[in-house]
Amino acid sequence: MPGTYIPTNYLPVAIIMVFAALVGLGAVVAGILVRPRRPYLQKLIAYESGNPPVGEPRYRFSVKFYIIAMLFVVFDVEAVFLYPWAVAYDKLGIFGFVEMMLFIFILLIGYIYVWKKGAFVWE
Amino acid sequence: MTLPQLFFLYFAVSMTGLSLLVVTRRNPVHSVLWMLVLFLHIAALYLFLNAEFLAAIQIIVYAGAILVLFLFVIMLLNLRREETERMFQDQWPVGAGIGVVLAVFFVVIVGKIAVLAPLGEYSIDAVQAEGHIMSIGKVLYTKFLLPFEIASLILLVAIIGAVVLAKKRI
Repeated sequence: MPGTYIPTNYLPVAIIMVFAALVGLGAVVAGILVRPRRPYLQKLIAYESGNPPVGEPRYRFSVKFYIIAMLFVVFDVEAVFLYPWAVAYDKLGIFGFVEMMLFIFILLIGYIYVWKKGAFVWE
Repeated sequence: MTLPQLFFLYFAVSMTGLSLLVVTRRNPVHSVLWMLVLFLHIAALYLFLNAEFLAAIQIIVYAGAILVLFLFVIMLLNLRREETERMFQDQWPVGAGIGVVLAVFFVVIVGKIAVLAPLGEYSIDAVQAEGHIMSIGKVLYTKFLLPFEIASLILLVAIIGAVVLAKKRI
């Protein structure tokens, strides 16, 4: 239930998160306060190694990136399921081994399918 | 108000504010970055519920992988025109009003709850004595075996779905 427990051993994590946020924000705020502000056209246009900028910085990305991201999510989740299994392996015994092999086998079907369809090939 | 309640107040208020920032930004990339901050706050809230493993998963899977997926989808769609158009429908005050009414009802109903469920087997002390991941592993792979194996099928569907949707020649 919320509001009853404090994870005290995570205090260092909280401190470093606050510190990191302060460093990031502090750099931006200090820059705004300290720097002189005299904008003109040449200063404001995008820097493209000395050439005049061409086109827009944002364009449509290929859908191939989406497959890679999706497969990354799926196998990331699989790795997450492996972790508690590995920790509790001694308690689960041979039964735990078999069920995890089944889990990996089902995902292996997907992996082989993706491989055969050539989703890893950058066409 | 006790110290844990103050922490909860901070997280509840900032998560609501961050969610509003996510849905009101004009630039979708800014929305995703605010969502990253939101995910970190949700992870911290899990810590306060004595769910360390879930907090780590929240950061690894949501802030790490799902956010990348969001970012790729935004890059795929390339929302140039949407950024310059009106953001909300004309009906939004009605929706906001209904939301406020529902929130009031929710607060009133939750405030009336007097009987809390009895504490289960996995109290804070029991979980901490055994270790978070060990206690999850012992339950997940025995008592919740079927949901665990079904999860692999759902992941399989996600793999095949992604390939079928995005591959030019199947």
